[in-house]
Amino acid sequence: MTSVTVLQEAENKSRVTQEVLLNLGPQHPSTHGVLQLVLQLNGEIVERTEPHIGYLHRGTEKLAETFTYTQIFPLTDRLDYVCPPSNNLGFALAVERLLGIDVPERALYIRVMMVELARISGHLLIVGALPMDLGAMTALLYTMREREMLMDLMEMITGARMHTSYIRVGGVREDLPEGAAERIREFCEILPKRLKDYERLVAGNRVFLNRTKNIGVIAPKDAIDLGLSGPNLRASGVDWDMRRDSPYEIYDRLDFNVITHDDGDCYARWICRVHEMRESVRIIEQCLDHMPQGDFQVALPTIAFPVDKGLLETSMETHIHHFELSAYGFKVPKGEVYAAIEAPKGELGYYVISDGSQKPFRMRVRAPSFVNLQALEGKVGNMKYLADVIAMLGSLDPVIAEVDK
Amino acid sequence: MVEIFVVLVMLLKLAVLVAVLLMLPIPLTWLERKIAAHIQQRPGPMRVGWHGLLQPLADGIKLLSKEDHIPDAADRFLFTLAPIITLVATLTVFVAIPFGETITVYGTEITLYLTDMNVAVMYVLAIAGIDVFGVIIGGWASNSKYAVLGALRTCAQLISYEIPMGFAVVGVVMLAQSMSLVAIVEAQSELWNIVYQPLGFVVFFIAGLAEAQRIPFDLPEAEGDLGAGYHTEYSGMRFSFFMIGEYLVLILLAALNVVLFFGGWNPLFLPLPPLIWFLLKVAFFVWLFMWFRFTFPRYRYDQLMTIGWKVLLPLSLANILISGVILS
Repeated sequence: MTSVTVLQEAENKSRVTQEVLLNLGPQHPSTHGVLQLVLQLNGEIVERTEPHIGYLHRGTEKLAETFTYTQIFPLTDRLDYVCPPSNNLGFALAVERLLGIDVPERALYIRVMMVELARISGHLLIVGALPMDLGAMTALLYTMREREMLMDLMEMITGARMHTSYIRVGGVREDLPEGAAERIREFCEILPKRLKDYERLVAGNRVFLNRTKNIGVIAPKDAIDLGLSGPNLRASGVDWDMRRDSPYEIYDRLDFNVITHDDGDCYARWICRVHEMRESVRIIEQCLDHMPQGDFQVALPTIAFPVDKGLLETSMETHIHHFELSAYGFKVPKGEVYAAIEAPKGELGYYVISDGSQKPFRMRVRAPSFVNLQALEGKVGNMKYLADVIAMLGSLDPVIAEVDK
Repeated sequence: MVEIFVVLVMLLKLAVLVAVLLMLPIPLTWLERKIAAHIQQRPGPMRVGWHGLLQPLADGIKLLSKEDHIPDAADRFLFTLAPIITLVATLTVFVAIPFGETITVYGTEITLYLTDMNVAVMYVLAIAGIDVFGVIIGGWASNSKYAVLGALRTCAQLISYEIPMGFAVVGVVMLAQSMSLVAIVEAQSELWNIVYQPLGFVVFFIAGLAEAQRIPFDLPEAEGDLGAGYHTEYSGMRFSFFMIGEYLVLILLAALNVVLFFGGWNPLFLPLPPLIWFLLKVAFFVWLFMWFRFTFPRYRYDQLMTIGWKVLLPLSLANILISGVILS
């Protein structure tokens, strides 16, 4: 059909205008992975949004049933791949509660520190990515510069840049290497200055404010009804943070503020994350200040490898435990448990059922991104134009690997 | 005999102009990538040639060897026509741009412009408006939803900025008492128009950004929401036609800003040759456009229309009024 006939039909009214279904994604620069949004468009105006997920489904939960508890950690790395330590921590907490073991003090501090570094890593990505979705490319490359420092830190501490698998049941895999504390402190000194730069470059820009203020407003009640969590919930003015309200690890001993914002729009979600990074820096500094000496993992040979590798040569007992642990993993008592942490994206929960064997009977992940993505369904707030959908999606910060599991 | 010589000189100037203009996007792509890289604290292209100098050549070879793909559902005639409209319309505008004063070569006076039209301002605005039709037709003929949305945005954008842009120039025309671009430049030999017409310049500059489809007004191709907008379905040389057209519009707007508000070839401090001064000023504006591109997010299309109708149009009208009152 040529354009001419279409025009003729429009003229003699044999062709009526109708709404357009637009497939935004799964291959699209702004969908943060392989998310498909089916938009019902009336010109530029969005009538309905429908997220279609599942393009990155890897069956993490089912796979976990065939792996030992230690083998599951690399699987959790790949959920929210921009901040793996927090995924590790959630699962470690669940298993530790089933086992009923106490983690040594030093390990607790290292774990909290790693998780906060991961939070910064996750927030840095989205703080740069939202402006890029709106057309300002430079902000992302600036935040990537700082993220690169974090990646180097991760590599130094855990041996891997991305999939760290550092936090384990009963502690962490290895102690902090020499010089790590100094480099973390250095990073903590640089980051707040750079955050000020981002605020000047992005939040000081009228175009960015026009594109994000009063766009995609989520009312506090809606946010709770949708089950939002993390910065998305706090940006709507709901003062809820698992770290403070349901403390785990050592968060009850640390001094930090829970950042909230009253507006609930895209800008509020963006600026909340910037401020949260400042609080994370404070937490990391406190961890470094108060970190005690001591073990970095539990001294239970059935659960953790021996710290002193020399024992493997001299003690038969240790050798047997080491072999059993490597070959079969450790057994976890019968029971079920739900452990949740405040991950960068929100409440990350692991529901683990154990039948007493070395492998979980069932593992269920409450992925914050999956729940947060619900805010895009249907007709959302005052999100009116196609370009607003992009701003909304970017500000919700979903990681599709975590949504699809 | 003299007539033939005049025609020959004319043809020679035309050939040089077209050759230079079609070559310019090559260094400009390299420059844009380098400027972007340095703004973003990274080295940019480094592999092909010294500091990536041959990168545009590699890109060109790649584009040439790409499959020339026309979607089945596309309107083949219009799909082929669209990039040509964009390129030809933009090239045609340059006929009226004065690059420098008259120079003397072997005792013959040669003007550094092709024509000195008495209605050059009208001509430039009219023909520069045509290149947008390439975008609209291209988006429509692609028969793709993203492309059509890009084309629709271009339509909305076109009517929002063309009017304030035209009105912004009226002040300059009133000052020079002429619509000839050469006369406008000559009228600025003592003091540039930017001093008399700051408001007109601001309106013209912003509307120009919209005309060039640069960030913050690059809505027709907004890769954040439309994939690639109107040229989503274009590939190979057809795509590069649009790219070349885009760079030419960039140069054109830089040249217009210089001619209308920044004294054309008139020197500022150093007594450099007029042509060099002109090119320096154009280069400055091209750099400014690139700097903008990597700093600003883009406006939403209804926000652009709000700016066009509620801010730029009243401002340009006020500018005409103020200029009129002061001149009388």
